[in-house]
Amino acid sequence: MDLPLIDLQPIWLSLQLAGVTVLILLVWATPLAWWLAHTRSRFRVVVEAVVALPLVLPPTVLGFYMLILLGPHGWVGGPVQALTGSALSFSFAGLVFASCLYSLPFVVQPLHSAFESVGKVPMETAQSLGASRLDAFFSVISPLARRGYLTAIVLGFAHTLGEFGVVLMVGGNIPGKTKVISIEIYDRVEVLEYTQAHILSAGLLLFSFLVLVMVYSINRRLPVQVT
Amino acid sequence: MGNKRALACARTEKATPSIPLIRGTINSPLIRGARGVKHFSIHVICRLGAWMVVCLLGVSASAWAEDVHVAVASNFLNPLKEIAKRYEKDTGNTLILISASTGKLYAQSRHGAPFDVLLAADAKRPVLLEQEGIGVMGTRFTYAIGALVLWSADPEKIQGVESLKKMDKGKLAIANPKTAPYGKAAEQVLERLGLWKKLRPFLVQGENISQTLQFVATGNAGLGLVAKSQVEDPRFRLKGSRWEVPLSLHDPVSQQAILLKQGLANFAAKQFLAYLKSSAAKTIMQSYGYGFIEE
Repeated sequence: MDLPLIDLQPIWLSLQLAGVTVLILLVWATPLAWWLAHTRSRFRVVVEAVVALPLVLPPTVLGFYMLILLGPHGWVGGPVQALTGSALSFSFAGLVFASCLYSLPFVVQPLHSAFESVGKVPMETAQSLGASRLDAFFSVISPLARRGYLTAIVLGFAHTLGEFGVVLMVGGNIPGKTKVISIEIYDRVEVLEYTQAHILSAGLLLFSFLVLVMVYSINRRLPVQVT
Repeated sequence: MGNKRALACARTEKATPSIPLIRGTINSPLIRGARGVKHFSIHVICRLGAWMVVCLLGVSASAWAEDVHVAVASNFLNPLKEIAKRYEKDTGNTLILISASTGKLYAQSRHGAPFDVLLAADAKRPVLLEQEGIGVMGTRFTYAIGALVLWSADPEKIQGVESLKKMDKGKLAIANPKTAPYGKAAEQVLERLGLWKKLRPFLVQGENISQTLQFVATGNAGLGLVAKSQVEDPRFRLKGSRWEVPLSLHDPVSQQAILLKQGLANFAAKQFLAYLKSSAAKTIMQSYGYGFIEE
C-alpha cells in the first residue's frame, strides 16, 4: 500500500470536534445546570427530561431530525444558508451543532449534581458580603464544583469522540471536515482493511478506558453523584 | 389458517359458557364487572393457548415452503421487492430480503451471515466470493446493468453536463467510491470529464447509493450522481431535473448475482436465481431503467 498506514486527519478532526463541543457546552450548560439545581419551577422535570433525551434516543432519531433541521430548507440550516451561503449539513459547524445536543446530558448532569451538593448557601453568603452574582459564581461556586466540571469535561469530550450514528447521517464523509474517527473505522472495516481498523479501534478503546478510570477516581475522592 | 382460527375461537367460547360471549365483545364494557373480569381472564388464557397452537401449526406449515435469504445491494431493493412479490405468488416460497451496500454484504457473507443468494451491485465482490469458496462456482451471472444519472430535486437546476462543469457552490453527492459500485462509477465519470480535482471540495459521500439519493432528495445536496433505477423508481415519485450520463463515461455497472454455499441445499434459492432471468423479472427491471447484456 502506498498510503500511510494510519491517516491522522480523522483523529485530529475528532479531537477538534470534541474540544469545540465541550467548550460550547460548558458555556450554555452551566446556567442550565444551575437553574435545574435550584429552581422550584414545575417545568423543572420537563427540562430535565428533555436534557436526558439523547441518553435514550437512538442516534438515528437525532440524525434524522438534524438532517431536516440543518439542511437548506430546515429551520436552522435555512437561515444559516441565507446568511453564509451554505447550509449546516455536511459541515464541521453542523457536526458541532449536532454534538452539542448529543452530548448535552453528559455535561449537564454532572454539573447539576455538583451544584446541588454545593447548595445555595455559599452563593447567598457571598452575595450578602457584597459580591455580584457573576463574581460569586466564579470565585466561590465554580471552585467548589470543580470536580463536577472535571467530570463534565471528560465525559462530554469522550462521548463526542465516540459519536457515530448522527455523524453518519449528517456528515457526508468529507475528509478533514466530517470524516471523524468512528466513520474512518467503519469505512476501513467495510473495505476489509482490518489492520487499520484494529489500530484505530484499539486506540479508542484504550483512550475510553483511561477516561473512565479518570472519572471514577475523581468520583471516589469526592462523591459527586453522576447519574 | 382462517378455518383453524375460527375453530380456535369456537373452542374458547365453549370454555366460558357462563357469559354469552359474542366474538368481538372482549373489550366491551359488558364484561367489566367483578364476575366478568374473572371469566374474562379465563377466556383470555384459553384464547392465548389456542393461538399458540395455531402459531405452532403455522410455523411448521411454513417450513414446508422454503425461505430464501437474499442479500441485495440497496439500489436493487425496490425492483426486487416487486419481483419477489411475483415470485412468491408463483412458487409459494418466501424471500427474506436483506439490503445494504455491496461492500457490507460481502464482508457479512465472508463472516458467516446466513444468506443464500447475493445480488451485488458490481461484479468484483461476486468474483471474490467465488474465488474464496464462499460463493458456488459457476452460479455467477450478470442480472442487470445499471446506469448513472445526474439528478437534482430542483426541476430547473440541471442543464446537461454543463451543470457539472459550471458547478462552483453547493454539494455534489456521490456514493462512497470505495464501497459502493455506483460511487466508483461516479468517480470515473468525474475523472473522465476532467472534473475530479475541481469538484472534490464539493463532494459529499453517501454510505451507499440509497443514502446518496436521500441527500439529494432532501435538498441537503443540490446535485447527485445516483443510480438511474432510483430516479425511475415509481415509489419515490421523483421529479426534479436530470442528465443521463453517457455509458462511455464509466465502466458498465454489471450487477452480478451468485449462489452462496449456504444456499446450496436450498432448492428455492436456485429456483429464484433462474427466475431472475425470466422475462417477467426482466420487464420489472426494465421499468426501473436497468439494461441487460445482449445475448
